[in-house]
Amino acid sequence: MMYSSTRDEKFALFPGPHVRSRYRERELSGCGLIGFINTDRSRVAGDKIRRGLCNMEERGNGLGSGFAGYGIYPEWPDHYALHMMYQNRDVIVDVEKFLRSRLVIDHEEDIPCHPGGNITDHPFFRRYFCYPRPPAGEEACAPDPDELMVRLTFDVNTRFGNAFVISAGKNMGVFKGVGFPADIADFFMIERYQGWTWTGHNRFPTNTQGWWGGAHPFSMLDWTIVHNGEISSYGINKRFLEERGYICTLMTDTEVVAYLMDLLIRRHRLSFEEACSVLAPPFWKDIDRMPEPQRTRATELRIVYAGASLNGPFAFLLGFSGGLIGLNDRVKLRPLVVGKKGKTVYYSSEEAAIWVLEDGVTDVWAPPAGQPHITFFADSEEEAKGAVGAARA
Amino acid sequence: MLRVDARNLHYRELNEILREAERSGATHVEVCNVRGQRYLGTGLSADNMRIVVDGIPGEDLAAFMDGPTIIVRNNAQDGVGNTMNGGKVVVLGRAGDVVGYGMRGGKVFIKRDVGYRVGIHMKGYMDKQPILVCGGTAGMFFGEYMAGGILVLLGLGREEGQPVVGDYCASGMHGGVMFIRGPVEEYKLGKEVRTFELDAEDRQRLAPILEEFCADTGTENNVLDFESYVKIIPVSARPYGRLYVY
Repeated sequence: MMYSSTRDEKFALFPGPHVRSRYRERELSGCGLIGFINTDRSRVAGDKIRRGLCNMEERGNGLGSGFAGYGIYPEWPDHYALHMMYQNRDVIVDVEKFLRSRLVIDHEEDIPCHPGGNITDHPFFRRYFCYPRPPAGEEACAPDPDELMVRLTFDVNTRFGNAFVISAGKNMGVFKGVGFPADIADFFMIERYQGWTWTGHNRFPTNTQGWWGGAHPFSMLDWTIVHNGEISSYGINKRFLEERGYICTLMTDTEVVAYLMDLLIRRHRLSFEEACSVLAPPFWKDIDRMPEPQRTRATELRIVYAGASLNGPFAFLLGFSGGLIGLNDRVKLRPLVVGKKGKTVYYSSEEAAIWVLEDGVTDVWAPPAGQPHITFFADSEEEAKGAVGAARA
Repeated sequence: MLRVDARNLHYRELNEILREAERSGATHVEVCNVRGQRYLGTGLSADNMRIVVDGIPGEDLAAFMDGPTIIVRNNAQDGVGNTMNGGKVVVLGRAGDVVGYGMRGGKVFIKRDVGYRVGIHMKGYMDKQPILVCGGTAGMFFGEYMAGGILVLLGLGREEGQPVVGDYCASGMHGGVMFIRGPVEEYKLGKEVRTFELDAEDRQRLAPILEEFCADTGTENNVLDFESYVKIIPVSARPYGRLYVY
């Protein structure tokens, strides 16, 4: 099927779902989350996360699936791995001219894709191993590279309309689009990548359109978020973020969670626990029962970050270079279970999917509402906590 | 005895096999390699049928079931016994959220911990009184909006200082009876209920249920220590009567 550019601006990014097996005609709702982390940084191929996600196919309707892999670019560990999505080939030239003006690109290539099967109409993906150029004249006092990459992401996403940053972290990448889990995994040939942390999501969109840029995971730098639920406070969160330089362009509520985590942890240096307590704050009646100093601290966080708290049911997995976090809303309106076996910690919407990842994981529990389950790598436990906590102490 | 290997079977195929087994009068079915297939046992009504599940059944196990007995050798997920009408489900591990959602009859026994909103909207009528017993701890909203039946929580196997039940326990409860073995802090209870000691009649009603639970789940702990239980029942039929007057 020839793709013609006369189509509606974003048509290629919005193909409808296709019904695959005769059981699929009645779609169930729920979104499926799956993730695991090898705390000894041993790397595994992407077909493991695929098996787990495919086991929860009932939780999606083919309007979005995606994966995030950490540790997948060992040959470029300190470069930013910029994953770009282009609506069609002829927009690439202009966008890359802009990218070269802002980035030093040491290596660039198409992200290997394998169209065919159920994915016939698709955007184009390229990746660039790069780092940001300091703005002209500001070489001496340029902001740190992370800040420049955040600005670049928003500049690209707001400027072109048919080209989007899919992920821009170090030694990690997001692979996502419209399709069922197996289709997207085949399309990106996910089994070729080896990673120490993987997350996966299959989507049942409830209030936003299914399109290639709207599939999960969402990311900002090395934060990636897969989310089951609804952010009813999206409007408030979006405004809170825009006042602080984060611009939402991907038309999906989940986007705010990635930006909020970046703001709270990287910029404002909150600890992971406190950032999670901002997103899923304790009730005032629970704060009143807290001893000091927690009570004052909890009150401060709720007042200062009222615009950052998430309202609505959710379960999400937040991947980052130092580990993996699972968090539920404060009345646990979405399922999330955690399992542990040997050096691996598993997170999933359904326990059965954990058994598909590894048989006989018996140490399984459900984190309480509003309380994150945070897993750091064995080698980065102190460094991750220290780096953040120290700046604030 | 019929053995079914559920590996790579979609839940509709697997449930069709179980319905076919019921039609052909099979009384004992072993289903192995279960990995998240949903609605197992839905709509079956043969009283003499017994299904043993090895692996982890998916959401809404035994939803709308009305007769058979299902034994799960491992953990179960959310929605066990959703709107169940009769029969029995025994899970020898933990179960997820909303166990016994809208349950109307039959028995569900969960050996270990359960999640949130367990027993939500349970209801009973005349001789149809559902019984839901959980051996471990429960999360928040336990027995929310309960309208009938018997809901029991034993708090076994919990760590030092770990609460038996979460906040908002029995909020919106307006029928049925709840027995919790262990302390329930006052602030956790819904406005509609109060706690009571167990009287002779309560003990007489609870004892056989606990004995059956211990036998089916292989629980050896002495759970007949009635003085450590509290009974929770609604104390007014119209708890919100005055709420909207002012």
